[in-house]
Amino acid sequence: MASHQQRVLILFAHPSQHRSEVNLPMLKASQGYEQVTVVDLYREYPTLRINIEKEQQRLLEHDVVVFMFPLYWYSTPAILKEWQDLVLEYGFAYGRDGVALKDKIFLCVLTAGGAEKAYQNGGYNHFTIRELLQPLEQTANLTGMHYLPPFALFSARTAAEENRIEQHVGHWQRLLQALIDNRVDVNKTRGLNTLAEPLESILKD
Amino acid sequence: MTAYFIQAFIYLCAAVLLVPLAKRLGLGSVLGYLIAGVIIGPLTGLVGQETATIQHFAEFGVVMMLFLVGLELQPQTLWSMRHQLLGLGGLQVTLTAAVVTGVALTFGLQWTVALAVGLIFSLSSTAIVLQTFNEKGLSKTEGGKSAFSVLLFQDIAVIPMLAFIPLLALPELQEAASKLSAAAEHHEELSIVTHLPAWATGLVIIGIISALVAAGHFLSRPLFRYVADSGLREVFTATALMLVIGIAALMGLIGLSPALGTFLAGVVLANSEFRHELEADIEPFKGLLLGLFFITVGAGINVEILSNSLITIVGLTLGLMLTKALVLFGLAILFRVHHSDRWLFTLSLAQAGEFGFVLLSYTVAEHVIPHDLAQMLSMVVALSMFLTPALFILFEKVIQPRYQKSNDDREPDTIDQQAPVIIAGIGRFGQIVNRLLVANNIPTVVLDHSAAQVDVMRSLNIKSFYGDASRPDLLHTAGIHEASLMIVAIDDRARALELVEHVKQNHPHIKVLVRSFDRAHKYELRDAGADLIVSETYHSALNMGTQALEALGFHPFHAEQMRQNFAEMENSNCLKLYESWRGEGESRSFGDHYRDLFIKLEGLMRDSMKKDRADRHTRSERGWTPPPKDYLKDFKAD
Repeated sequence: MASHQQRVLILFAHPSQHRSEVNLPMLKASQGYEQVTVVDLYREYPTLRINIEKEQQRLLEHDVVVFMFPLYWYSTPAILKEWQDLVLEYGFAYGRDGVALKDKIFLCVLTAGGAEKAYQNGGYNHFTIRELLQPLEQTANLTGMHYLPPFALFSARTAAEENRIEQHVGHWQRLLQALIDNRVDVNKTRGLNTLAEPLESILKD
Repeated sequence: MTAYFIQAFIYLCAAVLLVPLAKRLGLGSVLGYLIAGVIIGPLTGLVGQETATIQHFAEFGVVMMLFLVGLELQPQTLWSMRHQLLGLGGLQVTLTAAVVTGVALTFGLQWTVALAVGLIFSLSSTAIVLQTFNEKGLSKTEGGKSAFSVLLFQDIAVIPMLAFIPLLALPELQEAASKLSAAAEHHEELSIVTHLPAWATGLVIIGIISALVAAGHFLSRPLFRYVADSGLREVFTATALMLVIGIAALMGLIGLSPALGTFLAGVVLANSEFRHELEADIEPFKGLLLGLFFITVGAGINVEILSNSLITIVGLTLGLMLTKALVLFGLAILFRVHHSDRWLFTLSLAQAGEFGFVLLSYTVAEHVIPHDLAQMLSMVVALSMFLTPALFILFEKVIQPRYQKSNDDREPDTIDQQAPVIIAGIGRFGQIVNRLLVANNIPTVVLDHSAAQVDVMRSLNIKSFYGDASRPDLLHTAGIHEASLMIVAIDDRARALELVEHVKQNHPHIKVLVRSFDRAHKYELRDAGADLIVSETYHSALNMGTQALEALGFHPFHAEQMRQNFAEMENSNCLKLYESWRGEGESRSFGDHYRDLFIKLEGLMRDSMKKDRADRHTRSERGWTPPPKDYLKDFKAD
C-alpha cells in the first residue's frame, strides 16, 4: 500500500490569518502527515515575489495539488492567482513540452461566505460554486490534471458560532487520507457540484 | 547658611549662563567655566578669598575623572600602554623639567628654585585636557592616547616630586629645618606611613594596593549586587561615591595621589558588569566638581599681581608654553606620532596644570620658592590653562582641517566619462545605489572627495573620480549639462545641502535624489528643492522593525502589511510635520507646535495598528477583511 501512497501539496492562501476561523484550523489539521507538504504562500512570499523554480520543483515532487483558500470575489486570493500566472509556465505546465502536471489530481478546498443555496441558479450568486471556479477547472484540464469538484464550507462566517468547523475539519481529514491512499475515484466525482459527504460514494470500489 | 546659598547661586548662575554660550560659540565648556570664573572673581568681585578653599574641594573632580578614565580602560589596555606611559611620559617630564630649569637658571634663579620651577612646570592639566578630549571626541585618536599616557605618568610623578621638593630647601636649611619638621608633624595625623622606615612604607603601599586590587576583583561584585538588589538607586550612587572617596582617603593615608588610587580602582572595575552604572552615577559629580574647579581657576586670577607685572607674566606664560610645546613636538617625532595627531599632542599638553597650584603652595610652605615668585608663577599656571582651550580651537579650526585636506590634496581627476547619472559620494550609501544602476547598464559618473575611497572603488572596477562634487567646475566636467539625474550620497550634511542648492539653482532640469540624515536635514533638503529624499536609516530600520514583528510571531504577510501601513502613515505625517516645521517661522526649529503634532501623529499611528485587531474594516486591511458576521442579511434575493 505504501508504494501507492500519493504525495499531496497543499498551497494555502489566507492574507489575514489572525482573523481566520475556518481556514487556519483546516491548515493545522493538514499538517503532520508524512505525505503532505503544506505551503503557506503568504508566509513564504509576503511581498508576492514568488520563487518560480522552487514552486515548480514542489509540483514535480507531488501527485495531488490542493488550493486551500477563502473564496474572494468568486475566486482565489491574489497570491494564488499570482502563483498560477508565474508558476504554470509555457513549456512546464502547458504547451508542446509542458507535461509536468499531467495526471496529477487538482482540488480546491475553500470556504465561502454565502449559503450553499445562494450558489445556484436562482440564488443571489446565480451560479454553483463549481461553475464559478471554471477558470481553475479549465486550467487543470489544459495542464492535463484530473479536476475534482471543490471541497467547500458554505456560510463560513457563522460556522464557528454554529459549531460546524470541527465536523468540517474531520471530513477534510478523511478526504485527505483518501487522497493520500489514492482511493478517490475521479470518475465517480464527475458531475458533482462539491465533494460533500458521504465520502464513500466517491471512493474506488 | 544663607551666605553659602548666595555663593553657590553665584557660581551656578555664572556657569549656567556662560558655559552654554561658550559651547555655542565653539569655545568649549572649559573656556566657558574659566571665563565665568574671571567674571565672578577678578572682574566683578562677586566672590573672593574663598575660591582657594573651594578649589581644593573641587580638585576632587580630577580624582573622579581619573576614576572614570580608569573604568574605560581595561587592565590589558593599560598594560599595552606601558611603553608609551614610561617612555613618552618619563621623557616629557624629565626633558621639560630640565629645559625649564635651564631657562630659569639663565634668569638668575638659584639652582634649587630653578629645579623646583622646572618640576612644577613639567606637569600639564589633566582636568582641562581630558575634559576637552571627551567633549571633542579626541580621546581615541593617536594624539589623544599619547597625551593621556603622558598625563597619567605625570600623575604618578607628582608623588616622588612631593617627596623630593623639601630636599631643595637646602640653602635655607637652618630656618627650613624647623619648618620641615613642623610640616612633617602637621602631616602626621593624615598619614600612617610617616614614621615608618622607607622599606616598611614600601611594603605598606604594596600591601594596600594589592589589597585594593584584590578587593576590587572579589568584593566589589557581591557588594554591588547586594546594593543593587535593594533597588534603591540613591544607595547605589552612595556606594559609588563611598568607593571613590574611600579610596582617595586611603591613598592620602599612605601618601599616594588620590587621583592615581582611584584610577587604579577604576581599571580594576573596568571589567565589572556594574561599570556603566558606576559611570552614570559618578559622571554628574565629576562634571560639576570639574566645572567648579575651572571656575575657581578663573576666579583665582589675581588682578593686582597680573596688572603689576602683566608683561612679565604674559611673557613667561608664552615662553613656557612654547618651551613645553617644543619638547612635546620633539617627543612626538621621536615616538612617531604623525600628522594632525602630532599637533594635537603638542598643543594639548603645552600648559601647566592644576598640580602646579598644589606644588606651588607646597614649595612655599617648604620654603623652596619665595612667596612673591610663587604668586607670579601661579598666575603663569592659571594663564597657561586659560590659553589651552584657545590652542584646542586652533587645532580644531586650522590644523585638523588642513591635515584632512592634505590627506586628499591631490588634484581632482580629469573626468573622461560623461553619463546621464552623476553620483556624489561613493561611501556605504552611494555604493549600493551605484551598483544597482550599473547592474542595469546605466553609465554613472562617481565623484568622491576622499582619495582613498576613490582608489578602493577603482580597484573594484567602479568608475570613480576624485574631487569635491560641490565645486561647479568639477560638476561641469562630469557632464552635468548632459546628465538627467544626480544622486547626492555624501556623508556631510552641510555639503549635501549646498550641493543640492547649487544644482537646483543652476541646473533645474536635473532630478536630484538625496540621502538625508535626519528630519531636520530632510526638511532643509526639501526646501532646497531636492526631488526625492531618502533617509539613510529609515528603510533598514523599518525592515528590522518588520523582522522584529515576525520574530515576535506576527505572520510575515501581516508584518509586511503593518510595515507598508506604517510607511504610508509616516509619509503623510512627514508632510504635515514638514509644514509645521516650515510654519515655525525663521527659526525653522522643532518648536512646541511641531512636538505636539508629532505626539498626535504618533498616537494616530498607534491607533491604526491597534484597530486592526478589532472586528471591523481598517485602513491597513481593506480588501483583506472578511465581511461582517451577519452580512448575509444584506442580500434580499437569498
